[in-house]
This record gives sequence, structure tokens and C-alpha cells, in this order.
Amino acid sequence: MLDLAVKFEQNPSQELLSGKVIATLFFEPSTRTRLSFESAVNRLGGKIIGFSDSASSSATKGETLKDTIKTVSNYSDLIVMRHPIEGSARYASEVSTVPIVNAGDGANQHPTQTLLDLYSIRKTQGKLENLNLFIVGDLKYGRTVHSLLMAMAHFNATYYFISPKELRIPTEYKMYLDQHNLKYSEHADFKDIVDEADIIYMTRVQKERFSDPIEYEKTKNAYVLKNAMLQNTRNNLRVLHPLPRVNEISTDVDDSEKAYYFTQALNGVYTRQAIISLILGLKN
Amino acid sequence: MAKDVKKLKVSAIRNGTVIDHIPANNLFKVINILGLDHIDNQITFGTNLESGKLGSKAIVKISDKYFVDEEINRIALAAPQAKLNIIRNYQVEEKKEVIVPDEFSGIVKCVNPTCITNNDDVKTKFRVISKKEVSFKCHYCEKITDQEHMVFI
Repeated sequence: MLDLAVKFEQNPSQELLSGKVIATLFFEPSTRTRLSFESAVNRLGGKIIGFSDSASSSATKGETLKDTIKTVSNYSDLIVMRHPIEGSARYASEVSTVPIVNAGDGANQHPTQTLLDLYSIRKTQGKLENLNLFIVGDLKYGRTVHSLLMAMAHFNATYYFISPKELRIPTEYKMYLDQHNLKYSEHADFKDIVDEADIIYMTRVQKERFSDPIEYEKTKNAYVLKNAMLQNTRNNLRVLHPLPRVNEISTDVDDSEKAYYFTQALNGVYTRQAIISLILGLKN
Repeated sequence: MAKDVKKLKVSAIRNGTVIDHIPANNLFKVINILGLDHIDNQITFGTNLESGKLGSKAIVKISDKYFVDEEINRIALAAPQAKLNIIRNYQVEEKKEVIVPDEFSGIVKCVNPTCITNNDDVKTKFRVISKKEVSFKCHYCEKITDQEHMVFI
């Protein structure tokens, strides 16, 4: 899939989806993921139907997910779905007559984000194996973090989890890493260890995740990446972020050659082109 | 303990099934899972009996009722150490143990309140990840439910 994405990067506009209809059902708002999917479909010459938040769908009239999916699968060749409820995508795939692409189900998984993360890591490092992966911020609720962690387990990554106490990586993921004999460590701060990183994967620490607002105020600055911190880091280090960013990467990092998050978002289009064409069995 | 057993022997059944070694606090869950509250057969049960293995156990005797394995294995989640005696003419004809299945659907709720099975009309489905201290992973949201958080439907 990543190799196919490389071909789309070399030649983004290919009319593989001509005559096909792709439904994008976003039961909760998402700008980047939706636009990146829609850009991918447009570059492949397909047509898009759908909605961008549940207020404009019949879910507000009380329609069940099953009925929405059954209906929309009559109208489209593939459904891309974002939903706030965990497990909704897998369930949709069981009732749908067309393929479902999970564009995020609650705090569970966000697999297409992970594929674009893998694409970005491979592109910047030249490989996926044996990397030091720093994951910073909200490790408890971040679905991109959970998906990335599991994907990188196939490539013998060493994990550095950096988060406030309240947002630590859940035990089930640590168990997963233990089962796969992978090395990981947990840290409250990353200033002193940042020079060991190959990839820094930043995520947003949201105030509303804290039960104690004082705790948030005390810890929030420990999870902000500033350009000065990158001074003695490895040359191959790249900074990734699933976006949107708020203040966890200070804007002075943007001009660093180690900042990769905007290109990462661009890679999302190529990766999603690859995902859609592989699922539908389309070949040039 | 011997006294309890003796007492229970008094109400021995002629034909039917005895389910022993049910954790006392899960007796009514077992009754519920097997639908014993909806059948007309004679049922006797004892609970809070001393048990070396479980601390406190329960026993159920159902007259003129035999279960197929599939039916009885449903109680494995609530009573993984349960022992069955198949009784014919006051004699134990066969002894059976319950088998914790690899996968099952229904019976219990997923622990995750934001799982699709707790928000839409979707039947739960799980893969068992530990059979000793029973715990299982949701087929849909991938969260793990353990013994402590098990809620029977």
C-alpha cells in the first residue's frame, strides 16, 4: 500500500475512479481527514456524496447507523466513515454491501491516519525498522497514538511515551508491547532525552481531559516542543503531528527542516488514494 | 461443610441436572443465563455454602432437565469452575465441566459505554483472551471486559 502511495505521489492525478461514487459520512466533524479523502477521490476522478456532520444527516431524526449504512451503500461504491462511537466502523462493515473505510471511530482507531504516518516515517527515515519513536501528549485518548503504536510494533520500534500522569498510555497497550517483546519507557518530560529521537510524534493535550484544572496548568508547558529543543537532536529527526495543532508545537519549529507535519498532511492524500484504489481493485 | 452436603443430599433429585461449584454471588446470574426463572421444572438451590475452592458456593438442582453442551457453556463466564452432574434414577450418570468458549456473543455487555453495542441495537460479540480469570475483548470496540466488570444482559 505504501509503495502504491509512492506512485500517487509521483503522479497524483489518475482517472481510476471515473464513474464511481464515494460516500463520505462524517457523523462528527473533521476537517483534515474529510478534505484529504475528498481530495484523494477528486484526484482519482471520482464523485463524492455525503455529509460533514451528523446534524445534516438523518441520524438526527433517530435513524440507526445500520439503516443509514444500508441506504447509503445503495448509492455508492465505497463508504468512508467517521463516527464518535467505538466499533461503529466494524459494525458498519458487517451490514454494508460496499466496503467501509474507517476514518476514525471514537477513541478506538484511525487506521488511515496510521498508514499516512507510516508513509511519512518511511519517507523521512528511509526505513520503518528499529526506530526510536517519541510519542508526546495525550496518550490515553489519542486514537492516532494507539493505531500508530500497534502498527510500529511490526517494525521493532523503541517507544518513549511522554505524557502527563492523567493521560498516560493505557495498560492494554503496554501489555501489547510486552507480548511483542518491545522496549518502551514512560516519561513526564522529554527535554533531557530528546537527542535520542528519530521521530517525535506530537499530539494535543486538551484541557477538558483533566479532572483537575490546576494539574493541567502545572503540566501543560512540559508538552510543548520549541525550536531550541531541537538543537542537539539527530539529523534524521522529524517532527510529526496528526493536526490540528494548538500550541503544543511552537510556531518557531515550523521553519525547521525537522518539522514535517504539513508534508505529513499532504502524504495523507497519496495514502488515501492508495487505500481507495486497492480496496476497489483499481489498476492503472 | 459435611452437614451442608448432607442436607442437600436430602433434596436429591430423581432425574435431572445438578450444577455445583457456582460462585455464590453469581448464582442468580447463572439462573438468569440458563433461563431457569422461565421454566416449569422443579428447581431447588442452595447458596452461601462453604467451599474450600470458592470460599462460598451455590448449587442448583433442576429436575427433569438436561442441557446440551452449548447451552451449559454459556454459564462459563459466571461460573468457570462449575461441575455438572447428570442424574438418572438418583444416580450420577455422568459428570461434566463447563468449557469457557473461545468466542461468544450476547450474554454480557461490553464494559465500554461508548461501544456501538451499548449505543445501537447491536448484539455483543467477544473473543476470550483469558480463560482462568475470564476476560474477553470486544469484537467491535476492542476494549477488554474482565470478571469484575462483567454485566450480564
